[in-house]
Amino acid sequence: MLDRRSFILSVGTAALTNTSIAEAAPSATADTVAAPASGAPEALLTLTPKEAALLTALVDRLIPADDLSPSASQCGVVTYIDRQLAGAFGAGARLYLEGPFRPNAPAVFGYQSAMTPLQLVQAGAAELDDWSTAQRGKPIAALPAAELDPVLKDLEAGKITLGRVKATAFFEMLLQLTMEGFFADPIYGGNRDKAAWRMIGYPGLPATYAKAIRTHRGKRYEAEPKSIADFA
Amino acid sequence: MVQQLKPVDVVVVGLGWTGAIMARELTKAGLEVLAIERGPDRDAASSFALPSIRDELRYSIRQELMQDAKTDPVSFRHRPTDEALPIRRFGAFLPGDGVGGMGTHWNGNTFRFLPTDHRLKSHLTERYGAARIPDYMTIQDWDVSYDELEPHYAKFEAVCGVSGKAGNIRGAIQAGGNPFEGPRSGEYPNKPLTPSHANELFRKGAGDLGLHPFPAPASNSSAPYTNPEGAKLGGCQYCGHCDRFGCEADAKATPWSTLGPALTGEAKFRKLTQAYVSRVLYDKAAKRATGVRYIDVRSGETFDQPAEIVVLATWVFGNTRLLLNSGIGTPYDPKTGSGVVGKNYCYQIQPTCEVFFETEELNPFMGAGGLGMVVDDFNGDNFDHSNLNFFGGGYISLGSTNGRPINFRPTPPGTPRWGAKWKSETAKWYRRTASMLVEGTNYSSRANFLDLDPNYRNVFGDPLLRVTYNFTDNDRAMADWVLGKAAEIGRAMGATVVAPKPRKGDFNVTAYQSSHNSGGAIMGKSPADSVVNRYLQHWDAHNLFVVGASAFPQNAGYNPTAAAAALTYWAAQAIAGAYVKHPAPLVPA
Repeated sequence: MLDRRSFILSVGTAALTNTSIAEAAPSATADTVAAPASGAPEALLTLTPKEAALLTALVDRLIPADDLSPSASQCGVVTYIDRQLAGAFGAGARLYLEGPFRPNAPAVFGYQSAMTPLQLVQAGAAELDDWSTAQRGKPIAALPAAELDPVLKDLEAGKITLGRVKATAFFEMLLQLTMEGFFADPIYGGNRDKAAWRMIGYPGLPATYAKAIRTHRGKRYEAEPKSIADFA
Repeated sequence: MVQQLKPVDVVVVGLGWTGAIMARELTKAGLEVLAIERGPDRDAASSFALPSIRDELRYSIRQELMQDAKTDPVSFRHRPTDEALPIRRFGAFLPGDGVGGMGTHWNGNTFRFLPTDHRLKSHLTERYGAARIPDYMTIQDWDVSYDELEPHYAKFEAVCGVSGKAGNIRGAIQAGGNPFEGPRSGEYPNKPLTPSHANELFRKGAGDLGLHPFPAPASNSSAPYTNPEGAKLGGCQYCGHCDRFGCEADAKATPWSTLGPALTGEAKFRKLTQAYVSRVLYDKAAKRATGVRYIDVRSGETFDQPAEIVVLATWVFGNTRLLLNSGIGTPYDPKTGSGVVGKNYCYQIQPTCEVFFETEELNPFMGAGGLGMVVDDFNGDNFDHSNLNFFGGGYISLGSTNGRPINFRPTPPGTPRWGAKWKSETAKWYRRTASMLVEGTNYSSRANFLDLDPNYRNVFGDPLLRVTYNFTDNDRAMADWVLGKAAEIGRAMGATVVAPKPRKGDFNVTAYQSSHNSGGAIMGKSPADSVVNRYLQHWDAHNLFVVGASAFPQNAGYNPTAAAAALTYWAAQAIAGAYVKHPAPLVPA
């Protein structure tokens, strides 16, 4: 059976070489990208299949599959990112977006881009794919996993120059969203089967420990983790 | 068109801790009070129900209960010669909004300041000589002593049902409490919270070093409690969702959980939410505030609300900006040192030290906002500074506040931020790590101040408040020294890895440090050195009171809520007692 990453990789490559493939079958591609481990189809709300393929490749290097947990995308992180970017966060909720802008200000000033998070991720993804095609001969989603780690390290260190997007701003947004999706309550689309919570031993809800803080002093507290959805 | 409203006795701007205290005390005194709050109405029953309140993404990461930076951020720069940039998303500090303000989503740490914190300049001058105080350090005395504030600290602690252990009752040192604290009139209203395992490791390690650990005083009720206002608080469930969250059990004391029931039943009290006060209406010739102008944030309509007394209770940034935008008082000029509005803006310096235990199970998700073990041996002037190159200090605490995994993912130094190694280290250490904090003093500096930004405006068209701030040489020397003491405690605890994290480089607006900002409308002895007198009454308008931590001339090494609240009770007593009978300056200028 083709694993998810290989499938997305092939779709992403095809989409690049023949855009009509992606355009002709957007729903099938979208369903496949966003499909949860259980198999129920989910739509992409705002990302294109090509963007989703790039993000899948990258987040699965940020959080790779191993015996501790499935990979980020297998845990729904790309679905999570898509939903966040499609919603208020992606549109710049709680983010002051009045100019003048100084996008190259030192990192201690935080977010200084003129773009909303959705615009930043979309522009960053397109510019990174352009860079990858020019420098590595292939788009990000078509690169072997071993070649992605150095790309991510260079993005993190600001050693790659993209176009309008500052490499470190794109990387920090990607890392933040990936960790959010992996560790947030599964109601947001990531952390499927509470895989991240199981990995670290976080019990989730209901979080009432008035007795346990005494009875489990110095002893591991173990419980089947529960999500908000388990109480709905 | 500005719509004119019927006059009221008192307008209170902002309904967090200080606004709620003022509203309660002044309605008790028979005055009609209108509280105007920019954010939404909130209380536990309607807003903080289980299970949805336990949502780290919504409340902690997306900051649902905080001031919305999109509509009204502040701008920031490190030096008076730099260009300021807007803090586009709040990070280092998180101003609140809505009924309860930051008091809704605080952790509940309820420390009194040291007696010497209230008269810092006099104390340091007496002990070390005036020549030891650096030229840039613009510290001054509060002009209100600890002894004068003591009953008001006690009153606030009773309102909050603070859980703790006294260390000094009327001069008698109490075993297990903080021996450095000022004399208290009595014990805390609630017993200390149940310590976590990590708290106990800290207590033993610090004790082995000859230090004096004590349980942090916490406005998280260790047992069900009814306060003197008749409000009922639940017992804390150690859920680990205090800071940034509301409490569904009302076990955390908040303005509305503690004073809301009494205010709700009070005919003389009204609250108006979703209303942004843009100006204090000021009659400069008469030296009198005549009311406030506000904008309905949903409709955009503008109203003038006349009042006999105006109380600004909008926290540090709002208080200072209202004065500047309303043209009340002289703005501070860092070049000449003249002017007072915006002067002595302070924060705190808070380095941390993580401790990793190969073999301990710490269950970090069991916690409460104020649950912690503390040593005060290296705070303020509790130790001799004769041979040190700094003043001040800070408490060192090991808090068990939460293990919420989006934000709490400790790994030892040198661990990558992502990838297979990051993952295995995260999985290994999540349950076995605790963090110590140095709550460092910040003594005011000539170059740190607040004014109006010339380039950026908020959604209402007002200039952003501009924050000019960086840590000083004194701050850095102090923080490094106290952090060294924290690392010693970590080693005494037997930690496998002790990882001190000093604050290096320019101030960083992105990573949360604390919301313990202060100053900008400071108190003092005369109009030349301060915005308000010792009763928080404005020198240039005797019916205008500016309350809260904006009045601190410098910041102590403690969470500031109790000091801000005690000072507000003190000011309310002066208004209700003396001022109402004789509306005039309470201190001659």
